[in-house]
Amino acid sequence: MNTLPKLIFELSREGKVGCGLNEADVPAEPAIDAALLRGTPADLPQVSEVEIVRHYMALAKLNYSVDAGFYPLGSCTMKYNPKINEKLAAADDLQAHPYAPHDLVQGNLEIMARLEEWLVKLTGLAGFTLAPAAGAHGEFTGMLIVRKHLQEKGDARKVVLIPDSAHGTNPASAHFAGYEVKEIPSNSRGIIGLEDLRAHLTPDVAALMMTNPNTLGIFESDIAAIAEALHANGSLLYMDGANLNALLGVVRPGDLGVDVMHLNLHKTFATPHGGGGPGSGPVGVAARLLPHLPVPRIRKKGDTFEVVYDDPRSIGRVKNFYGQFLVMVRALAYLMALGRENVMRVAEDAVLNANYIRKRLEGKLDLPYKAPTLHEVVFSDDGLPVKTLDIAKRLLDFGFHPFTIYFPLIVHGAMMIEPTESESKETLDEFVAVMEVILGEARENPDLLRQAPTRTPVRRLDETLAARKPVLRWRKGGDT
Amino acid sequence: MRYLPLTDAEREEMRKVIGVSEVKELFSCIPSGKCHFPLGQLPAALSEPELVAAFKELAGKNAFSGRLSFLGAGAYDHFIPEVVSYLSGKGEFLTPYTPYQPEVSQGSLQAIFEYQTMMAMLTGLDVANASLYDGATAAAEAVLLAVRRSGRSRVLLASTLHPEYAAVIRTYVQNLPIELRTVAVEEESGRVDGGDLRSRLDDSVAAFVFQSPNFLGVVEDGGSIAAAVHERKAYAVQVVAEAMSLAYLASPGECGVDMAVGEAQSFGLSLGFGGPYLGFMAVREEFMRQIPGRLVGQTRDLDGKRGYVLTLSTREQHIKREKATSNICSNEAWCALRAGMYLAVMGKAGLARAARACHLNAAYFVRSAAGMKNIRVVYARNFYNEVLIEVKKGSAAGLAAALKKKGILAGVPLSWFEAGRKDRLLLAFSEVHDRAAIDRLLAAIGEAS
Repeated sequence: MNTLPKLIFELSREGKVGCGLNEADVPAEPAIDAALLRGTPADLPQVSEVEIVRHYMALAKLNYSVDAGFYPLGSCTMKYNPKINEKLAAADDLQAHPYAPHDLVQGNLEIMARLEEWLVKLTGLAGFTLAPAAGAHGEFTGMLIVRKHLQEKGDARKVVLIPDSAHGTNPASAHFAGYEVKEIPSNSRGIIGLEDLRAHLTPDVAALMMTNPNTLGIFESDIAAIAEALHANGSLLYMDGANLNALLGVVRPGDLGVDVMHLNLHKTFATPHGGGGPGSGPVGVAARLLPHLPVPRIRKKGDTFEVVYDDPRSIGRVKNFYGQFLVMVRALAYLMALGRENVMRVAEDAVLNANYIRKRLEGKLDLPYKAPTLHEVVFSDDGLPVKTLDIAKRLLDFGFHPFTIYFPLIVHGAMMIEPTESESKETLDEFVAVMEVILGEARENPDLLRQAPTRTPVRRLDETLAARKPVLRWRKGGDT
Repeated sequence: MRYLPLTDAEREEMRKVIGVSEVKELFSCIPSGKCHFPLGQLPAALSEPELVAAFKELAGKNAFSGRLSFLGAGAYDHFIPEVVSYLSGKGEFLTPYTPYQPEVSQGSLQAIFEYQTMMAMLTGLDVANASLYDGATAAAEAVLLAVRRSGRSRVLLASTLHPEYAAVIRTYVQNLPIELRTVAVEEESGRVDGGDLRSRLDDSVAAFVFQSPNFLGVVEDGGSIAAAVHERKAYAVQVVAEAMSLAYLASPGECGVDMAVGEAQSFGLSLGFGGPYLGFMAVREEFMRQIPGRLVGQTRDLDGKRGYVLTLSTREQHIKREKATSNICSNEAWCALRAGMYLAVMGKAGLARAARACHLNAAYFVRSAAGMKNIRVVYARNFYNEVLIEVKKGSAAGLAAALKKKGILAGVPLSWFEAGRKDRLLLAFSEVHDRAAIDRLLAAIGEAS
């Protein structure tokens, strides 16, 4: 516990070898000017295979993961990642080169077409692109589609409205699509009120970006009326689908008037987060926006899948090749395993789990928004003798990953808890019991929390030092 | 259902605690008039064996396996040591979230810190970020960074940039006040036309983005390009679509380039039909505080112990919102971790050997093809591992189709890309090929005439 693994560079010894590759068996006759060659080889580590295995095994032990335990990160939907999906995605027969001739990759094209079909049915939208690499990439793609549509109608407009509870990627994505962002406040119920929206709905509004359920876990119940108001103004409704897990099999965004939305395969569709990625952020659109989807598009002609590379009305290409194909494979496998019998059960259990936690912790923690919540619940640290950060860090000592903290920004000291449907009642009860212990400690011995964690491989880390004097790489003979 | 642990009895107990008799009541906030979900249109649930069988059937509709492939053009077949797959497949690496809680994420954080170091070493630059989506979006982010940093609005793109990278850049900037101009290729050498570059460089130019080895397979003279670009106080941005080349060719840093961006799929990621791959960005120190994407930095814990955290996050969207340097949030962390593992396994000597083998195999092909009647190697010197050939009669697609019948995927016809020439085929060589494989390719080309 007290010794952290050395850096791989610190294990390096001149002459050690980790790989078993031979020299090329062709004559060693280069056909390149010496001046274009590297002067000295990159000083990569020299470590044997067994030492590499032990190095990474030691690192693995320092990580918390969904496989290890409860991960209630709000709006991140840290559900279980089925093991069979890893095996399916690793199959040799799927690992085609992206420029392999289409007649040799019909299976892969069908996988993408089938996933698109599932997403269409789950959302009630007309079509999807699977190209975007992550949620934020999907948002950007979606806003480009909005802009293209409005441009074709003769006026791209200037403004995108975004509620104050939105994830930071929303304003950033709108900005890179060339829009000015105007924030609209959530009302006392924690949602966008129709009247507030109307007050902001000027003729230069291109779209509203709405997360639904929003980051408080509350369903935007005025959504249909909001969509109507937007459409009457010539504006579009963009829905951030980060929280779609709550709606699976219950309601389709397309039926609520949503024009464009992105999904997160690495959230709702159980593909592993990989410590921060890869994700995949498909974007779905209403029928009138279909021509603007990015290329390439997959189409079925007779029994054959074809790929369309250029479409004059498309926004263009957002990523090379087809997107995060192996993530799509896992998502499709997840959906095929669920089937029509279980799609709705996912949302129901997720919402049941969240409401159970809410009920068990209500009264012990401040609940700033009392409206019914769906898949997640947000408490605040108001009235507590310690800060949210201290509670989060103390949870680590009890072997739980903390919830999302200090987000959404509209809640003071936010604790955003999303249990997902993957958790058993026993786990939720244990979590609640630990929270009760911690809240007791907060009253009796708040310093214990401020010092936490003490049982983790490292204690609180100095983030100010990291930012003030950035050390972003190892250097030989440098500070260790 | 096997992924759902609640029992019906527990569900009922939980509903009682919450105070609802039916789970539907928890959804009463959703206007019921809108809730007509046609679940019946969805396929029925599959058991695990049924799922395996279904995917076997889907995979069975692919027919590329077992063919000798020389496809490249931005995605490369390299040998992946088993250790990489074994270690990266561990749930401790595969199933965590972004390391927001560093005390329980030191494994991911240290691994990414090591990856950043290796990429900085390979590119010869000061700082590498924790990853971007892929080579094309990394190139687009470099354009945005150069514009932001310079305060200038025009960006020059080499015409020999991967067409999909150029397309993604165009998509990214379409609504921003950024003007793109193309710099011509010198047909004879396959390199950037230095005269055209100089004539287009002026005080409005933020950067020149060139690829090396370029899309025609030719290695650019990065030093001369950087010098010309710096004369007008613009930035030289090198795109590297084949990261393996970094271990053989003069590094971007050695050439004086300011930023290197590109695709590191070659470092331990399977072809995977195009993704997920690994975008990288490495820069000189002056860009450090404006670089897009995540960065892992070293620091100390309360006891003075060395540890790692995500740092310089005031650049990022969750702090700066619309003023962030990029909208990126999820990145390709697991791919970067895998690349770090791959580079550790290959090591200093092993990577250099593999990188050299890629070139030597390509050089062997070029020498052997010199006397062939039906094709001509367009650039017979100063390539790395990709070779452009011209088909003397018929089309490149025709030649590729003829070789496909013999079980060989000979290369990517440039006609695959918009405005690509119909008589040209791009072949890629790597350490997975041996002399016998290349001889088989040569023989098949010879017979195709």
